[in-house]
Amino acid sequence: MELFETRMVYGDALADLGQMRPDIVVLDADLYKSTRTVVFAQKFPDRFFDMGIAEQDMLSTAAGLAASGFIPYANSFALFITARCYDQIRIQIAYPALPVRICGSSAGLTQGPDGASHQSLEDISLMRGLPNMTVIVPADDVETRQATMALADWPGPAYLRLGRYPTPRLFGADYRFQVGKNTTLRDGKDIVIFATGHMTAKALQAADLLAREHVDARVVNVSTIKPLDRVGVLQAVTGVGHVFTVEEHNIIGGLGSAVAEVLAEESAVPLTRLGVRDQFGESGLADELLEKHGLQPQGIYSSIMSTLRAPRK
Amino acid sequence: MMTEIQRLELKAAEMRLHIVRMMGPNKAHHFGGSLSAADLVTAIYFHAMRYDPKDPAWPKRDRFIMSKGHSVPAQYAALAMLGVFPIEELTTLKRLGTRLQGHPAMHYTPGVEGCTGSLGQGLSYANGMAIAGRLHKLDYHVYCLIGDGEMHEGQVWEAMMTTPRYCLTNVTAIVDQNGLKAMDATSCGKQLEPLAKRWQAFGWLTREVDGHNMEQVCRALDWAKRQSKAPSAIIAHTVKGKGVSFLENQAPFHNAPITPEQYDTAIAELEAHLAELRKQFQAIKEVA
Repeated sequence: MELFETRMVYGDALADLGQMRPDIVVLDADLYKSTRTVVFAQKFPDRFFDMGIAEQDMLSTAAGLAASGFIPYANSFALFITARCYDQIRIQIAYPALPVRICGSSAGLTQGPDGASHQSLEDISLMRGLPNMTVIVPADDVETRQATMALADWPGPAYLRLGRYPTPRLFGADYRFQVGKNTTLRDGKDIVIFATGHMTAKALQAADLLAREHVDARVVNVSTIKPLDRVGVLQAVTGVGHVFTVEEHNIIGGLGSAVAEVLAEESAVPLTRLGVRDQFGESGLADELLEKHGLQPQGIYSSIMSTLRAPRK
Repeated sequence: MMTEIQRLELKAAEMRLHIVRMMGPNKAHHFGGSLSAADLVTAIYFHAMRYDPKDPAWPKRDRFIMSKGHSVPAQYAALAMLGVFPIEELTTLKRLGTRLQGHPAMHYTPGVEGCTGSLGQGLSYANGMAIAGRLHKLDYHVYCLIGDGEMHEGQVWEAMMTTPRYCLTNVTAIVDQNGLKAMDATSCGKQLEPLAKRWQAFGWLTREVDGHNMEQVCRALDWAKRQSKAPSAIIAHTVKGKGVSFLENQAPFHNAPITPEQYDTAIAELEAHLAELRKQFQAIKEVA
C-alpha cells in the first residue's frame, strides 16, 4: 500500500494553487523544507516570504497582506504557528475575519523524536476556541490536496493541520472535500468511531479488528473540526450503542470535545474519547508514541472492546 | 495667508478638543497617549497622507496603522474631522453598539485599516500592507505609530528586522516617545535607550523631532516619504497628556477618569489654546 505524508501533498498542492491564483502568497518561518513550501518558493519566489524565525511577526504580516487583497498561507510547525502567536491570530486575524490560512505542519505525536516541545497536542483546541476560525484536519493525500485548494476560496480565517506521518490513501478520485462535511468511510450498526487526521486510517484498521469480534463499527472521518458537521454527527450516531472519538491530540478541546458538545446537547448516546489523555508528548518514534498512547489500531480496538465490555454505570 | 503649519496647528488644537470631548468626565479613558499623539496624527493625516475621505477604500490611499491602539481616539478624531464619519459619532466612543471600539477594529470603523490593541503588532501588519503594495505595483505609503512603552514588546523588534530585509521603503514608523507607560516611566522594566541608535542599527534611517513642533514633524514626514534606500523611522519626543496642564506627564492618566471639574478645566484650557492660535494667525494675516 502506498503511503503519503499530508505535508508533502500540501506542498505540491500549494505550488499548483500558486500557478492558478496570483493572489496566493506564502510565508514561512525558516522551516520551508519541512513544511514543503519550498516547492512554491522555487516556482514563485516573488510571492514567497521567508520571515525568519519569528512566528508572531509572520502572522501579523500575513494579516496585513490579507487585508490588502492577498490570500496568505502562513507556515510553521503546528505548535509554533498556533501557540507561539495566539494573540496575533486572535486580534489581527480571527477578530476581523481576515482570510489567512494558518498551516500547522508536523502536528501531533507523530512529529516524533523532537519530543514535547515540538509535538502539538493542543493546537486544535487553541484554534477551535477562536470565533470566526475554521479548523481542518485532512485524513489523507486526496483530502489534503482538495482542502488546500478549497481554502483559497473560503471566506475568513482557517487553520489547516498537517502531518509528517506516512498514511494510506482513503479517498477515491470521486471524492469532493467540502468544509464542514463529515464522510462515512465504513458503515456499521453497533458503534460509531469519529476520527480525524492520521487517526482515520487507524480507526478503519481498528474497525476490521472489531469485526472479528462481531462489533460492527461505522467509521466517520471528521476533517472539519470547526464548524463541526452537527447534522452529520447526529445522523451518524442514530441507532448505535456507543460513540468513540479518536484523535492525535489532547482529548481536552479537540475532536472529542467538539463531538461531546453536540452529543451532550442533542443526544443520549454514550461517548468515549480516545486520544492523548491530558499529557505532554515525549521523544520516540512516531509508531512507538502512537502505541504508547493507545492510538495504533490494536490499541484503539482494545480500548473500544474494554469499554463495551465494562458494566454500564 | 495662513501657512500650512498654522493650518495644521489649528487642526491639532481642534483634535485635542475632540479627544477630550469624546472621552468626557467620569469614565476611564486613555487621555495621556491620545493627547501625546495628537500632533503626530494630525501631521500624518492632514499633511503627509494621500487620502480621499470620500473613498476610505481607495486602493492607492496611504495607510495609517495605530499600533499603540489605546490612542485610537486621536485617529477617530482625525477620521471624523476628515468627514469619514460624522463628528457627532465621536461621543459614542466605547459605548455598547458603537462603531468606535475601545481599540482599533477595522471591521467596525470606516477608515481603520487593521486591528490592534494588544501591543507590538502594528509594524508587522504595516509591513504586510507594504509588501502587498509592492506586489500590486501601487505606490502607497504605510505609516505606523508606535508607543515607546510598546517597544518593550519583542515583536516590534522582529518587525524592525523585517522592514529593511524586504527594503520596504514605503513604510514609515513613528515612535510617540512620551516616556511613560501605564504604571510609570518607560525606562522602568526595560531599557530602550539609545532608541534612535537601535533603530539605525536595525537598518532604519532615523530623524528625531519634537513631537509637538508641527514644523519639525512635517519636515520629518516629508523626508521620510523621499527615502528610497532604507525604511524611515521618526522618533518623536512628546509629552504624555500634552495640552491639558494636569494631565501632562502623569502616568496615572494613562487610562483613568477625570472629574467633571477637571473636564471643564481641560476643555477651557484647550479652547483657550485654540482661540489663542486663531488670534495669532489672524494677526499675522492682518499684518500681511
